[in-house]
Amino acid sequence: MYIIDRRLNPGGKSLANRQRFLRRAKAQIQRAVRHTAGDRDITDLERGGEISIPADGVREPSFRRSGEGGVHDHILPGNKRFVEGDTIDRPPEGGGGSSAGGDNGEGEDDFRFALTRDEFLDLFLDDLELPDLAKRRVATVEIQGMRRAGYTVTGSPVNLALLRSMRNALSRRIAMRRPKPQELLSLREEIDRLEQQEEPSERLTALRLELEQLQLRTKRFPYIDPLDLRYRRFEPVSRPVAQAVMFCLMDVSGSMTEHMKDLAKRFYMLLYIFLTRRYKHVEIVFIRHTHEAKEVDEETFFNSPETGGTVVSSALREMQRIVEERYSPDSWNIYAAQASDGDNSPNDGSTSAAMLRDVILPVCQYYAYLEVGSDSDRMQTGFINHKTSLWQTYETLQEKGANLAMRKVNHRREIYPVFRELFRRRDAEAGARVP
Amino acid sequence: MSVIEHDSLLFQGADWDFGTIQRIHDAVEKIGVGEMGLDVYPNQIEVITAEQMLDAYASIGMPLFYKHWSFGKRFALHEASYRQGFMGLAYEIVINSNPCISYIMEENTATMQTLVIAHAAFGHNHFFKNNYLFKEWTDADGILDYLEFAKGYITRCEERYGHAAVERVLDAAHALMSHGVHRYPRKKRPDLRSEERREKERHLHQEQTFNDLWRTVPTKGAAAKPQLSDERRRALLELPQENLLYFLEKSAPRLQPWQREILRIVRQIAQYFYPQRQTKVMNEGCATYCHYRIMTRLHETGQISDGAFLEFLQSHTNVTRQPEFDDPHYSGINPYALGFGMMQDIERICTKPTAEDRQWFPEIAGSGDVMAVLRDVWANYRDESFISQYLSPNLIRQWRMFHLVDDPEQPELMIEAIHDERGYRRLRRSLSRHYDIGWSDPDIQVIDVDLAGDRRLILHHHVLNRNLLHKDDAQRVLQMVANLWGYAVVLKEVEPSTGAIFQEHVAHPHETLF
Repeated sequence: MYIIDRRLNPGGKSLANRQRFLRRAKAQIQRAVRHTAGDRDITDLERGGEISIPADGVREPSFRRSGEGGVHDHILPGNKRFVEGDTIDRPPEGGGGSSAGGDNGEGEDDFRFALTRDEFLDLFLDDLELPDLAKRRVATVEIQGMRRAGYTVTGSPVNLALLRSMRNALSRRIAMRRPKPQELLSLREEIDRLEQQEEPSERLTALRLELEQLQLRTKRFPYIDPLDLRYRRFEPVSRPVAQAVMFCLMDVSGSMTEHMKDLAKRFYMLLYIFLTRRYKHVEIVFIRHTHEAKEVDEETFFNSPETGGTVVSSALREMQRIVEERYSPDSWNIYAAQASDGDNSPNDGSTSAAMLRDVILPVCQYYAYLEVGSDSDRMQTGFINHKTSLWQTYETLQEKGANLAMRKVNHRREIYPVFRELFRRRDAEAGARVP
Repeated sequence: MSVIEHDSLLFQGADWDFGTIQRIHDAVEKIGVGEMGLDVYPNQIEVITAEQMLDAYASIGMPLFYKHWSFGKRFALHEASYRQGFMGLAYEIVINSNPCISYIMEENTATMQTLVIAHAAFGHNHFFKNNYLFKEWTDADGILDYLEFAKGYITRCEERYGHAAVERVLDAAHALMSHGVHRYPRKKRPDLRSEERREKERHLHQEQTFNDLWRTVPTKGAAAKPQLSDERRRALLELPQENLLYFLEKSAPRLQPWQREILRIVRQIAQYFYPQRQTKVMNEGCATYCHYRIMTRLHETGQISDGAFLEFLQSHTNVTRQPEFDDPHYSGINPYALGFGMMQDIERICTKPTAEDRQWFPEIAGSGDVMAVLRDVWANYRDESFISQYLSPNLIRQWRMFHLVDDPEQPELMIEAIHDERGYRRLRRSLSRHYDIGWSDPDIQVIDVDLAGDRRLILHHHVLNRNLLHKDDAQRVLQMVANLWGYAVVLKEVEPSTGAIFQEHVAHPHETLF
């Protein structure tokens, strides 16, 4: 009998099958993922988790009986009172209760299973893309890294390329005709045998001489020589920077309700998840403003109440300051999202517009303005008859060709579609919708 | 009773290591082979984790298998229900191969490992090696090599022809898997090792004899072939043919060689599992009876402690529980319970027969040598014949079985037979029929095809008791048949006695698919 311990075998044997399965049912799974995402709290969006898809799409059909119509007979255990010839009323629902089942064991309901976090996010963000802003210095800034580049004859022991070294040693030994151990051994045996015959013969002396020479040769050509050693070589390369900073700007003046803040938070979360998928390193800066702006931490940003007027340019100025101080556009990809209810103090409009146009937009990869409305606004369908002052300001900018995306959201449900719309992968109609 | 000396115990507590497993195996072997006369393949016991067990579930218990999305689906399903705690995992999986591989889970206690080794490594193992169906239809020596070949072959096909193309063939083949077995022995025993060689040789021959010149030679107009008689034509195509996969592999006009090979692979695997489907009750009955006897002996000889024995009894009774029909947990007859019940009943008949037993089973009643009788039963029967031969009135009474008929044309359900003098034989006959695959699987055959004409393939479903096919599924499968066949396919559901046609399904191939 053999006992084999398989526990340490690499796991994930079914991974290939799983990928095939996900590919097969991709459309349905994606729909399910989007659906779940709508219901879920955005903070646990990242967790992956269980979804269910209609079983129909991944059905494995076979020739089987339908189980309806036709005569069925069952052998059942546990008779208590029946005698032969008894009749029983059909249970309602076509005999579901007592029927022995088994005819169609497969459930036709939904098919539930769990996705990992990565699978979930991949599907969730599948056809989204960061807006293609080729104009920018995205790839200009570089950091240094190391890359494998062949072999070298010098190096530190940790980089010793064992296989390559041994291969060199082997070929050198063959080329130099270093005697093999077996040869020496057989020679020695031969000598021993002759010695035991105790008759000094010519052959014995010849063999001894040969052995001596071979041993000398063995010494002269060592098994492994410093000459054979090879080390893995690394060379420095520069890689384009892959870091981003995300500015969250929000109006926290009295007119912003909890509901509006919630909407904004959801949007920021989505943006954050999305950016972390694209960049290795993402930092977030929270700037809130009333009539004056302040950089705060997340907790304060979303929760602590504040009162005052509304001066948007103060936030833009704060952002400018932080960018200059910490996030040089040379080495950072800068994204900004602003959420507001649309109020702005009347005399600030032109200042904000100028700030945005001249200072902020040129350093940003992307600037999104999200106008959050209260739930009750929904009836008025959008902004056509109801443009807020900030909206008007930004709209003029946009018409002049500023690179700015803006949307209005009233309800939690709309966050996700709006987000998708903003980041939808654009092919032919690039730039046609949102500049 | 003497106080059990701790020295004789195989293990104490729940912990075990490889030394323990070895000791347990040796002790079980001594009883199983020495006292019970079991004849087994050499054992190979592999310790695996829960995740690996789920992996094994997904690929029908085989240690290696080709890749297909349906296995991924099964894995996802099992994983979800396992993580939520709806489903416990099996304690073991055993593979009909030589050496016989048993997987045991790392989290089992020492007692459970003993049970598992007795159950799988000796019970199932003996059954695999000796039952006539397994001897006839499976090749335990070659299966692992064959699976390796199948996996490699399908991977190479995927590389060469693309995932989608291979997946379509596999989907179709899987759908026909239940109708891809030979039910009657053919000339040759299965020899899976030569399968791989055969494929290689065929491929080599093709490459060697390839000559592009032949393509340029103008062909004569097809010579008018003499019209074959219908009879002769069908004989040449081996019609009627109930092995649909075999027929398509051999006769479908438009398949590529690699597509035929994939059909063949699926067919061989279906054939390998064919005996298992027919011997569920016997196989589990045999294994359960063996583990019960072995564990009892181990306890009697003081090799496992009282506590361990109680732990064993608890899981044993769980496994062999049979809820009654009106119990909410009832979900059909438990093959473990029925199998174990019948094996024990045979033991009783052999050792303490009643007058009734002598009348019903004159050849074994009171014979005394239980194991000889059981070994003979395990070697020469399948579920259907086993039940129709050995289900005793005693067990029918004990289970209080009854036969219920559901005829949609009658207003009420009817009790056909109960556990009384008049009912025994009828109950036994209808129960055994439930385990006859020929009865429970729809009988579908290729009846005819006009190869010279429009090449329409005609299938018949011989309807039993007016049970028609599941319409939606039938249409889907038929579509796959049509894709493989390359021309239209029609499936007629026929009442065999009168020839009346209940229903017709037609499918035309998607031209783009193959």
